[in-house]
Amino acid sequence: MNVLNFVSDFFSDSAHWQGYDGIPTRLSEHLGYTLEALAFAAAIGLPVGLITGHYGRGGNALSLIATAARALPTFGLLVLMTMLIGFGMLPVMIPLVTLAVPPILITTYEAMRSVDPSPVDAARGMGMAETRILLQVELPAALPLILGGLRSAAIQIVSTATIAAYVSLGGLGRYIIDGLYQRDYEKVVGGASLTAGMALATLAVFWAITKVAVSPGVRRSA
Amino acid sequence: MAVDRLSLEIPDRSITVLVGPSGCGKTTTLRMINRMVEPSEGTILIDGVDSRRQPVNILRRSMGYVIQNAGLFQHRTIIDNIATVPRLLGWSKDKSRARARELMERVGLDASLAKRYPYQLSGGQQQRVGVARALAADPPVLLMDEPFSAVDPVVRKGLQDELLRIQEELGKTIVFVTHDIDEAVKIGTMVAVLRTGGRLAQFAPPAELLSSPADAFVEDFLGADRGIRRLSFFSSAGLDLLTAPIVAVDATAQQIAARADAGAPYLLVTDVDGKPLGWSEPDRLTAGRIDRGRLLSHGRPFVAGQESLRAALDCAVLSPTGWAVAVDGEGRAAGVVSQQAIGDAIRGAHEDSVSPPKALR
Ligand SMILES: Nc1ncnc2c1ncn2[C@@H]1O[C@H](COP(=O)(O)OP(=O)(O)OP(=O)(O)O)[C@@H](O)[C@H]1O
Ligand SMILES: [Mg+2]
Repeated sequence: MNVLNFVSDFFSDSAHWQGYDGIPTRLSEHLGYTLEALAFAAAIGLPVGLITGHYGRGGNALSLIATAARALPTFGLLVLMTMLIGFGMLPVMIPLVTLAVPPILITTYEAMRSVDPSPVDAARGMGMAETRILLQVELPAALPLILGGLRSAAIQIVSTATIAAYVSLGGLGRYIIDGLYQRDYEKVVGGASLTAGMALATLAVFWAITKVAVSPGVRRSA
Repeated sequence: MAVDRLSLEIPDRSITVLVGPSGCGKTTTLRMINRMVEPSEGTILIDGVDSRRQPVNILRRSMGYVIQNAGLFQHRTIIDNIATVPRLLGWSKDKSRARARELMERVGLDASLAKRYPYQLSGGQQQRVGVARALAADPPVLLMDEPFSAVDPVVRKGLQDELLRIQEELGKTIVFVTHDIDEAVKIGTMVAVLRTGGRLAQFAPPAELLSSPADAFVEDFLGADRGIRRLSFFSSAGLDLLTAPIVAVDATAQQIAARADAGAPYLLVTDVDGKPLGWSEPDRLTAGRIDRGRLLSHGRPFVAGQESLRAALDCAVLSPTGWAVAVDGEGRAAGVVSQQAIGDAIRGAHEDSVSPPKALR
């Protein structure tokens, strides 16, 4: 009865590699939920964070909203949404997005606030328009921190997306929930380790994005 | 109120310096010119036209802007930093970069720095990049806010000299803010001394500022040695240089004897090319056996005619013999002059200095 035995048994069973309950299917479902939730959260958090950070206004309101959002229990929200809306993708997306918006919003705002003001002053004095200042002067300098915010949001989504299985959807949570129900601990451990592996892969992906997207001038001086 | 009822006419194609104590409104005044600060009252005319008549970003692109810590974009290479305004104006990438390369050379930056990032440059180099970036689109006006105050005195002097050289070549209308009166006197064609509240205490060429400060505030701001500093504006050309008390290191006994009572208590020994080696009392010199190591130091000589009376006086004061050594452009001894003679020249210069000439460096 060793966890490592569970893991090796789970992965060496060829039945786990095919069909609608196979690892490839569950992984791609999980990845789908994660990307969708992250995209929604970024679509909300990034513009709001960038604009409030650029103008330096609304920081207090932001942290209030973010704290409130963090206080919401994700699982409770899922149950509530399912009761209100019924089964489907939407009641799963709402709690995941709610979970991911605060780290993106707050880090983006803070990252923009922490940009050295003198290049911004120089840019303005050269006659750069405000949008250009935001996108071409502040954003490149704030990018490492902003990517950090996106990364922690992504990792939280990866590990929390397992809740989709509670409302009859797929993803890696399926193994955990079904395993618990069937007392099939091999499955539970397998599902958990896949989730952990995906979180690690997320870290690697963000490391690569940072490497490519952040200017060497910023990476080294920061 | 940061700046109250300031009225100033900035001459074209020259350097106007705004100087004054911290918080007196220099930056505010400068930033009103490119509308980074909008005046609550009054107008700013550029070539007779109200600056508010054109869109603010068009106005700003026609004025170079240099700030204290250069404010370079850390994510862009040096060459792309410099190419910023040309790119804003819609120039092609190649044309902008070619222009940027040209400017790197103009401000004395090695071409090998083009692909570096700002963090890889020293403070002085970054400041040069800041100046190059401001000049990139060849704006007629250059606004500079304490551009050299964050670098050490040696680098600062180099940057000041460079700015004067560039200005000689380009003839921009420069407004330069500093709190350093020495810097103001050195680079300004006109100097505006401001007091708190942005009130104008005096607006005059630097030599006039030093010779006749308008009031106690300006006098105090100029500091205790303004008399000495004013000497920078008088040429050493008028000094009577003595050539008699100079002997070459290979001089004969007769030559030494002939020059022993040439009017100076010491003789200046030069090498065979005429470059000064040091001072000696005449009776300590033996023909053919002059020991260079036993000569008294001649200190730093001044370039006759080119440097100011201040440099000449400085040489004389530092010289162990009390005599200053004048050299020509090649460093050969052109003559010697006593403190006494320099003092006479200073008195003479003061007498006929109704409008002293432009600063000599
Ligand atoms: N954005 C601002 N809003 C309101 N007041 C300001 C602002 N910036 C500066 N001031 C005030 O205006 C006055 C003049 O400031 P300014 O920055 O022009 O001084 P300065 O002469 O450039 O000083 P320093 O040599 O320290 O740079 C100061 O009393 C300052 O407190
Ligand atoms: Mg200032």
